[in-house]
Amino acid sequence: MSTTIEERGYANADVLVSTDWVAAHKDEPGVRLVESNEDPLLYASGHIPGAIQVDWTHDLNDQLRRDYLNAEGFAALMARIGVTPETLVVFYGDKNNWWATYAFWVFQLFGHTNAKIMDGGRAKWLAERRELTREIPEYPETAYPAPERDDTAIRAFRDQVLAHSQANKPMVDVRSPAEFSGEKLHMPDYPQEGALRGGHIPGAKNVPWASAVNTDDGTFKPADELRRIYEQEQGLNTDDDVITYCRIGERSSHTWFVLKYLLGYSNVRNYDGSWTEWGNLVNVPIER
Amino acid sequence: MANYPEKLAALVADMQAVTDRMEHAELLIEMADRFDEVRVTPELATPPYPEDRRAPACESEAFVWAVDQPDGSLKFYFDVLNPQGLSAMALSVVIDETLSGVPLESVAQVSDELVFDLFGKEISMGKGAGLMGILGLVRYEARQRLKAG
Repeated sequence: MSTTIEERGYANADVLVSTDWVAAHKDEPGVRLVESNEDPLLYASGHIPGAIQVDWTHDLNDQLRRDYLNAEGFAALMARIGVTPETLVVFYGDKNNWWATYAFWVFQLFGHTNAKIMDGGRAKWLAERRELTREIPEYPETAYPAPERDDTAIRAFRDQVLAHSQANKPMVDVRSPAEFSGEKLHMPDYPQEGALRGGHIPGAKNVPWASAVNTDDGTFKPADELRRIYEQEQGLNTDDDVITYCRIGERSSHTWFVLKYLLGYSNVRNYDGSWTEWGNLVNVPIER
Repeated sequence: MANYPEKLAALVADMQAVTDRMEHAELLIEMADRFDEVRVTPELATPPYPEDRRAPACESEAFVWAVDQPDGSLKFYFDVLNPQGLSAMALSVVIDETLSGVPLESVAQVSDELVFDLFGKEISMGKGAGLMGILGLVRYEARQRLKAG
């Protein structure tokens, strides 16, 4: 059985809330539950009462460029889901919260720091046989004065990643070992990987994103276990300048969240271009 | 629209006529709700399933079986081990209801475009790859029979 969030020794334990907390506070007007999933059918099949859906492709992406929505789009999204800068947004979702942390990360690009993740995500809520509904809630439209998106603090771009690699600074590739080694692209069954070359960015350490969660209930592992994984085994330090990446930046947002909030790393950026960009770039170095 | 067999083409057309995102999802969920009708029978297989039945790249852990029918066609069965793998379940039902009993040549030609026609072009790369893995295994079964003559 998992320990309580407060007992796990996190640097910022208050960024997580338990399913118990959500059950107790979900109806408060200052709290907005947001479900973000990979599977597009899950929310419609049943969600926590009061939760609204924020979909990565429909709601967070620019519909033309490969980029996220701009300040105007974010303000419109916040208005639609009835969120003000004072609203506490609690994210949860499938796949042990990887899409929830992705949405959380995008919200941080716009400085919505009043945000938390429900530990264990959707699977834990279901496993506890808690209430679900198919009713889609509606909230009064709000006015949200969104700032310009800040891509400097927690987002990395390809030229920065190249310089980072050449400077031998730490990077964490959170994909599977087969993707990291490049083996996967050589298998005929995986033509949709979206990259012309397989392998990893030189210098990156391979720590699959799911290493950070307990397999039994999807909750985050305690801080001492996380430190063993990232620090004792991979040599990272809390003061390091770290870049995380995966295939499109979704799984790596989960590790970004772990390093930045649960372990308190001061400088972690997520490279959302990830392998679908790096593996298609001309003449960048690749290791296998 | 791709050149689908008749029943599949009709289903895809019906799905594409529903433009509301939530209504579209509801239709797919209704299909997933019928998954028990296409679930592999204990007579055919029980867990743990052999790896050659596993759909490549499907993180919902989908498995596919094809049983030869007297008329030379195939009847498809599935299992999806992830209880939250609704999309994989919905696709399994679509495949059984529209491709079981259909001539092998038609099954072998159903393109990956079906995944986008049913689930939308904005489906995530990982989810799309998994669903295509299910469809790919279905095509593979048909093509193997065609090769064997």
